[in-house]
Amino acid sequence: MDYSEKVMDHFANPRNCRKMEDANGVGTVGNPTCGDLMTIYIKVEDDVIQDISFQTFGCGAAIATSSMITEIAVGKTIDEALQISRNDVADELDGLPPVKMHCSNLAADGLQAAIENYQENNQ
Amino acid sequence: MYLDNSATTQVSKEVFEEMKPYFMEEFGNPSTLYKYGRESKKALDLARQRVADALNAKPEEIIFTSGGSESDNMALKGIAFKYLNQGKHIITTEIEHPAIKDTLKFLEGFDFRVTYLPVYENGIIKVEDLEEAITDDTILITIMHGNNEIGTIQPIEEIGKIAREKGIIFHTDAVQTFGKIEVDVEKLNVDLLSLSSHKINGPKGVGAIYIKKGVRLIPLIHGGGQEKGIRSGTENVPGIVGFGKACELAANQLEEHQEKLSSIRDELIDKVLSTIPEAHVNGDMENRLPNLVNFRFKAIEGESLILLLDAKGYQASTGSACSSNKLEASPVLTALGLDPVDVHGSLRISLAPESDKFDVDEFVDTVAQSVSRLRQMSPLWNQDIDYDGVMCKKHGDDCRMC
Repeated sequence: MDYSEKVMDHFANPRNCRKMEDANGVGTVGNPTCGDLMTIYIKVEDDVIQDISFQTFGCGAAIATSSMITEIAVGKTIDEALQISRNDVADELDGLPPVKMHCSNLAADGLQAAIENYQENNQ
Repeated sequence: MYLDNSATTQVSKEVFEEMKPYFMEEFGNPSTLYKYGRESKKALDLARQRVADALNAKPEEIIFTSGGSESDNMALKGIAFKYLNQGKHIITTEIEHPAIKDTLKFLEGFDFRVTYLPVYENGIIKVEDLEEAITDDTILITIMHGNNEIGTIQPIEEIGKIAREKGIIFHTDAVQTFGKIEVDVEKLNVDLLSLSSHKINGPKGVGAIYIKKGVRLIPLIHGGGQEKGIRSGTENVPGIVGFGKACELAANQLEEHQEKLSSIRDELIDKVLSTIPEAHVNGDMENRLPNLVNFRFKAIEGESLILLLDAKGYQASTGSACSSNKLEASPVLTALGLDPVDVHGSLRISLAPESDKFDVDEFVDTVAQSVSRLRQMSPLWNQDIDYDGVMCKKHGDDCRMC
């Protein structure tokens, strides 16, 4: 795979890769049958994402996008975080191979699922 | 350390030296009558003899092609179109190389019917299944000798015997076995057999097909009538010369290499299985190639593993969908009945005679560290996660993943 240096950096040195025990929002997206499954954990306080982490089963791109979204989303309000798109994540990584744009670029969906879970928990 | 010799091998020094004169000095067209042409023709004859000797065939039964894929295409299309008035049924297995599988799909478009014999957990067909599948309409059986992903070896001799009794033409793709184990066309009872040069330290872009004397087929490439009219086109003389030399070398050292490689392979298997939890070998433990092993590791994805190993200087491959151009999980591993998650966690190691400097301990340590690292990152490792129905809700039916 022709990955950018940034993708390889986030793959080799993933940021915030851990299970979060005290998360108040958890979202899992993907499908292990296709080789990608991602869980995003968030801790929201005063409408702001104070902490975010991930666990991912998947290819280099899946791990790198997971890692990247934790950097993008931390400190953002819920509304701001919901605006983060798949393309934003790919752009921040200096692009992804075209074949990976759809299948492994799951992190924005994962974050959204985690936020939805937080909102359900706090209704 | 290059550990992907089932993908391709390095051209050996002896082979390269043998080829060299045929680029500039001896550049003649073998079909011409003057000196240059005669020298090239002589080189072709020698190469043909060497290939034939390595197979226990006659030189006139060897037709040079551009490689394994062309040989497979020639065998299948050539026989199907030759005998379409006698029958339209072909038998194969679920784990053939794409050059077979996709050619058969093409033939299905011309109303041929294809039976895909199942392989079981061990990656080997049952001869009874074959016997049951044969009908009066069956014109061709094509079953690979050694599998390119898991290395399992099919009972070709027995299959050939059945085909012969029933008067059905039998082809085998021996691209992975040739030069690794004995491939004797007489013992194997085959009518057609595909070979490739670049899997045995020969150059790329050249291969051959063995066509038993008396077997007729329709050519794929029409033209100047080279290769007895079966494969037109001016011969790839340097490539064929290199292939011939590679065959000679492989045949002369077959037993020695077999012994050396299978002992490294067995050491590798023992160490991986004893060091790494939830590690398994895919495919039969007995009937397998000496130079290939396919592992699977629970809860990790193969492309990530390949990237980590590459960063440590090891080049290997995986059957994970994420690493394939088609984003399709390995049909071979799927045919073994594996859980899709396990298919993604596969690692293929394939050795060559020059792999003797391979430090198995060091490699297994690296694999163990990489697997453990990926497992720590994986939500599937040691966690009871219910992922049924967890899909990207956004894309619904349009999603490739859903």
